[in-house]
Amino acid sequence: MSLVLIAEQVLNGLQFGVMLFLMAAGLSLIFGVMGLINLAHGSLYMIGAFCAAAVAGATGSFVLALMAALAGAAVAGALVEVLVIRRLYNKDHLDQVLATFALILIFSEGTRWLFGSFPLYLNVPDILSGPVTLPGGIQYPLYRLVLIGAGLAVAGGLFWLISKTRIGIQIRAGENDREMIAALGVDIGRLYTLVFALGAALAGLAGALVGAIQSVQVGMGEPVLILAFVVIVIGGIGSIKGAFLGALLVGLTNTLGGIFLPEALKLMIEPAAATSIGASLASMAIYILMAVVLVLKPTGLFGARA
Amino acid sequence: MMQERTLNALVLAGLIAIPLFAYVTDEPFTITLATRTVILAMAAVGLNIALGLGGLVSLGHAVFFGLGGYAMGLLAYHAQTYTPLMEVPFLIEGTKSMPVIWLVAVIVSAFAALIIGYLSLRTSGGYFIMITLAFGQMFFFFAISWSAYGGEDGLSIYVRNGFPGLNTLDPIQFYAICLTLLAIVLWFASRLACSPFGLALNAARQSPDRVRAMGLDPFRLRLVAFVVSGAITGLAGALFADLNRFVSPAMFSWQMSGEIMILIILGGTGRLYGPVLGAIVFVTLEHTLGDISDYWLIFLGLLLLAVVLFAKGGLIGALSSRRTAHG
Repeated sequence: MSLVLIAEQVLNGLQFGVMLFLMAAGLSLIFGVMGLINLAHGSLYMIGAFCAAAVAGATGSFVLALMAALAGAAVAGALVEVLVIRRLYNKDHLDQVLATFALILIFSEGTRWLFGSFPLYLNVPDILSGPVTLPGGIQYPLYRLVLIGAGLAVAGGLFWLISKTRIGIQIRAGENDREMIAALGVDIGRLYTLVFALGAALAGLAGALVGAIQSVQVGMGEPVLILAFVVIVIGGIGSIKGAFLGALLVGLTNTLGGIFLPEALKLMIEPAAATSIGASLASMAIYILMAVVLVLKPTGLFGARA
Repeated sequence: MMQERTLNALVLAGLIAIPLFAYVTDEPFTITLATRTVILAMAAVGLNIALGLGGLVSLGHAVFFGLGGYAMGLLAYHAQTYTPLMEVPFLIEGTKSMPVIWLVAVIVSAFAALIIGYLSLRTSGGYFIMITLAFGQMFFFFAISWSAYGGEDGLSIYVRNGFPGLNTLDPIQFYAICLTLLAIVLWFASRLACSPFGLALNAARQSPDRVRAMGLDPFRLRLVAFVVSGAITGLAGALFADLNRFVSPAMFSWQMSGEIMILIILGGTGRLYGPVLGAIVFVTLEHTLGDISDYWLIFLGLLLLAVVLFAKGGLIGALSSRRTAHG
């Protein structure tokens, strides 16, 4: 267990965390502003990844691929909002869950129908591939560093958008009192479509960025979606700051737990058993973290409301 | 249009007549499909106690389905390999006896429901959905990483477990066991709904504050409902594993939770026979559309979307004279 390994794992955890943030931020905004549980957010992540893989395959340009992911997911999000989601705002959570579950089925099987069941591959662009040497002699893949940087930049942009711009003020006002801002002359329908498309674009971007280090396949979005839910439960609903800290906490716990739990157990029990029990415990670590937060603070670390 | 009671009787008659007809014409596959229907219906009847009666939108009921399945898997696996399940602090042997397996499945899933319910019922609404979904995923990943019992590949059981006096390898006899259990569960659920507990739970769904003012604790009512609900779904899980003679982490997956919930909606929320009719529709669609297209889930998705947006009462609501549940 060297210091280099620990540093590498911390960076991996950060990289995983910022990508989770891109998912969780959109989900949290949509839940906060519209009060909607969107299970289909994972599908938008998948759509981003598939758009990127298709465009990268056709043009060979990673930049175009990313733009396609953003645009494709945003358009899909806006369409879904106008056609289906809009009818769900006044319905109870059960209807929202079922309708968005139905959307997952439609999107997943539709994608399987279009692209087949085999995973696609999205390559890291040459200029970003290969390792870099960090201070302290740590070799780390450049692309993952770029992911951390890109995630932090998007997070910064989102904070700025929410806290400083006119549209951000409208979004925050929509979270607090939707009747009032409608009465003040804001087109609430357009605002909802915009927030939904923004969340979708963030999910699509995350899908494309992560798609380059994992395979692009049907069903890739849902495990991330559920982790993003864990992030929101830990961070508190409707809070971008909570989503950010929650995402980093979940990313680090997930990555470091897989390394340290087996090692820590080896100090107590025999190595073979420690490895298998440690692996099982590590796979449960973030959910145990969620349970602890629930016991201590049921509204999440930064949540104002239940 | 007909009375809901008439419709229920028709459904029950169909569940008896169709497999009997298949038995006479020697079509064991139809009996297997009917068994699958009955078991899925039981899982959904379990969820319906939490969802329809208690208003608890649990998207993690696959946990109990899977635990029931793994209770069967572990006990039968140790019985077929002649190894004890555990030796310290006391000896537990595997078993191939269905009643014992059912009891274990019910106890294990009830216990898990108690813990998950205790944690997740501290919240409500959207939070509750996310948390139950997350706990489901936790069990899914645990089952995958638990390599001693097959991990991702699951566990195969070579011979179906036994029931005293019956030959469970005969499809129609196993079906009879499952249908009898479903009938008992339905009877129990109907009694529960009009018991003082059921009425209080129903009231806690509609107006928790008034229930609190009556001196009852909504949290405790919901927790008990969640435990009963989980136990029934767990029993269905054990039967499902016995039907397939196979358990795998897929029983814990979020898709499984979603499927169990879909059954209730297709049939009609909060109605006693909603899950049963929903299961019949689901298995029929799966079988017929699945033959036509590999992508049949698209059609299921569209149907589900249509039911949610346009036909709130589900199938029973469309067919019977009582349009909405909870009068």
